[in-house]
Amino acid sequence: MLEIKNLHVKLEEEDKQILKGVDLTVEAGKVHAIMGPNGSGKSTLSYVLSGKDGYEVTDGAATLGGEDILEMEPEERAAAGLFLAFQYPVEIPGVGNMTFLRTAVNAQRKARGEEELSAADFLKVVREKAKTLKIDAEMLKRPVNVGFSGGEKKRNEILQMAMLEPKMCILDETDSGLDVDAMKLVAEGVNALRDEGRGFLVITHYQRLLDHIKPDVVHIMSNGRIIKTGGPELALEVEHNGYGDLLSEAV
Amino acid sequence: MVALDQSQVKDGVDQETVDAVAKLSGKYKYGWETEIEMDYAPKGVSPDIVRLISDKNEEPEWMTDWRLQAYSRWEQMEEPEWAMVSYPKIDFQDQYYYARPKSMQEKPKSLDDVDPKLLATYEKLGIPLKEQMILAGVEGAEDAPSEGRKVAVDAVFDSVSVGTTFQKELEKAGVIFCSISEAIKNHPELVKKYLGSVVPPSDNYYATLNSAVFSDGSFVYVPPGVRCPMELSTYFRINAENTGQFERTLIIADKGSYVSYLEGCTAPQRDTAQLHAAVVEIIVEEDAEVKYSTVQNWFPGDEEGKGGIYNFVTKRADCRGDRSKVMWTQVETGSAVTWKYPSCILRGDNSQGEFYSIAITNNMQQADTGTKMVHLGKNTKSRIVSKGISAGKAQNTYRGLVSMHPKAKNSRNYTQCDSLLIGDKCGAHTVPYIEVKNNSSRVEHEATTSKVDDDQLFYCRQRGMDEEEAVALVVNGFCKDVLQALPMEFAMEAQQLVAISLEGSVG
Ligand SMILES: Nc1ncnc2c1ncn2[C@@H]1O[C@H](COP(=O)(O)OP(=O)(O)OP(=O)(O)O)[C@@H](O)[C@H]1O
Ligand SMILES: [Mg+2]
Repeated sequence: MLEIKNLHVKLEEEDKQILKGVDLTVEAGKVHAIMGPNGSGKSTLSYVLSGKDGYEVTDGAATLGGEDILEMEPEERAAAGLFLAFQYPVEIPGVGNMTFLRTAVNAQRKARGEEELSAADFLKVVREKAKTLKIDAEMLKRPVNVGFSGGEKKRNEILQMAMLEPKMCILDETDSGLDVDAMKLVAEGVNALRDEGRGFLVITHYQRLLDHIKPDVVHIMSNGRIIKTGGPELALEVEHNGYGDLLSEAV
Repeated sequence: MVALDQSQVKDGVDQETVDAVAKLSGKYKYGWETEIEMDYAPKGVSPDIVRLISDKNEEPEWMTDWRLQAYSRWEQMEEPEWAMVSYPKIDFQDQYYYARPKSMQEKPKSLDDVDPKLLATYEKLGIPLKEQMILAGVEGAEDAPSEGRKVAVDAVFDSVSVGTTFQKELEKAGVIFCSISEAIKNHPELVKKYLGSVVPPSDNYYATLNSAVFSDGSFVYVPPGVRCPMELSTYFRINAENTGQFERTLIIADKGSYVSYLEGCTAPQRDTAQLHAAVVEIIVEEDAEVKYSTVQNWFPGDEEGKGGIYNFVTKRADCRGDRSKVMWTQVETGSAVTWKYPSCILRGDNSQGEFYSIAITNNMQQADTGTKMVHLGKNTKSRIVSKGISAGKAQNTYRGLVSMHPKAKNSRNYTQCDSLLIGDKCGAHTVPYIEVKNNSSRVEHEATTSKVDDDQLFYCRQRGMDEEEAVALVVNGFCKDVLQALPMEFAMEAQQLVAISLEGSVG
């Protein structure tokens, strides 16, 4: 599904190398988790994959379903099925959450040559999906993320993901700032979307989320590289011992 | 008077966005022209031209005299230079002041007799001159009646009114809706009483010129206690080259009446600038209410600033009666230069004035726009919500006056003035003037300047919208308070217009 090979990335404005050769393959139907100390480049990886400005790929490649995504515009990557749940979801004043969702859904449908969803059909689907995430009608009307609590923002990201039904979902610390119940809702939201055709890359600091979303593979990232890959037990190890041993092993 | 805050903020997003947004040229949807034979008055302005216009409109002598007096005033006046706009000196003698399609020589008796070319022009502009329903298709307009609502249209083409729809049905309700030239002939007592009573012929340079040479425009009279049964609208189209459009609109809402009126404007795309100097007068009597909405989409000029309409407009509402109410809503996306301050004179006690404005400037456009709220009566209230958006190298100025006179006890004003910048070559300016001459009144002013930021655009694009859609969405969000103030039928159009004015290309 998602194949990243030897990805090197520096900042566009500065001579600062952030990713120093990332290799990672997420197969369809699998959930991969990435853990790693603050500042190791996890968010940067998610931004570069989704096409944010400000980064320069100096070496390596990334493909989605065999297609080179690094040359695509962000919206083309989205239409190709790449979704990023942001670590810090962005506020858009004055734009209703529902309007935003509908514009996004229809933009992707259009880009894929599909028919746009009618207002009525759209409403029905949104209401259903919002309900399972305990997002009420009021929140759907409010401007995108404006005045949302941290947890509400994260649930809203998952609602967007559920509506867009992407092939490859990258979740950047979707669990941080969530209370125990909200964490469960989010995990259920993710688990409901798990299927054979879909891959997940879950960035997290905590084992807690991985208790609910059982990952197939866990990667440890440090200083712009994946330094270790293993099964779910790797996350438990980090939980108990921190990164100390892993980091010194890698050196 | 003192300018409280005058700021120029330059900040921006990356060059790519700026370029995408700046590619407006050629995207103006209404830039085509109608090939039609015209009658022109000779170029330039003089007492003879004034007489000729009056004569073409078959006006009574009192009207001709009124015009001539205005003309001699105008000759002694100087063009104002205080606005934050700059443009080449206008040669007022190098313009045509009257242009009429040949086919309109004989005024058509009904819409069926109107030249098909003219009907086709309006059809193509999306304003069919047929008596039909306009369907509401606005986002969130769930309460709109599904069968749509009626909107009566007066269509003005260059110097003349082509036709007015739904006149019969309005007549039944007692509402007079016709061109001002017809009103001068058929309702002289009303015109004599009200014309120039809000904007006197000596008011300002452009208004005075308008008083001398106005050719046509719309007239509305709503009798006491009548709620006008439909939206009224006038659609102005400048077609002829080198021709100024000087229309005059007079709206009278008698005691306890209500009317909502919309004005729309477009012009062909040309290299030479064209002059538009309109005057709108609104009289609001006791307990009456008028809503006046404008969607102004004159040709803005190309990206180098060539061509476009110079829009110098005087609009004023006089809330004469107690508890009278007026609401101005404007969406200003076009024109090369805009100079426009729809104002409210709050004369009656407890009268209210509201002003909602979106002004978008792109490329080389310049807008100096705002409002005046003049509080004369007791307990008067006014509210100003202004949203200025600049892109490209455009300059956008909000200029507003709030004046509380000594007798305007316990009056209130609230002003909110927000600017949004796209790119780093444009400017936004806020120039509020506040005068409070009694100590029981209160004036509040809030101003913000922000930019469309990259994170917002990236967030939208990650969800699948292209850059233009993303900009349009964010800007529409910024304008929401004002868009909501528009009549439902036009909110959708305005939303799209906001998008079109800023987009590099529209599908
Ligand atoms: N635009 C930028 N300008 C300057 N430095 C940047 C920029 N983007 C990333 N960096 C730097 O790159 C490094 C990696 O940042 P990144 O946000 O990818 O880390 P992370 O692994 O997501 O950390 P966290 O766990 O705290 O979210 C950090 O040192 C960060 O300061
Ligand atoms: Mg991060």
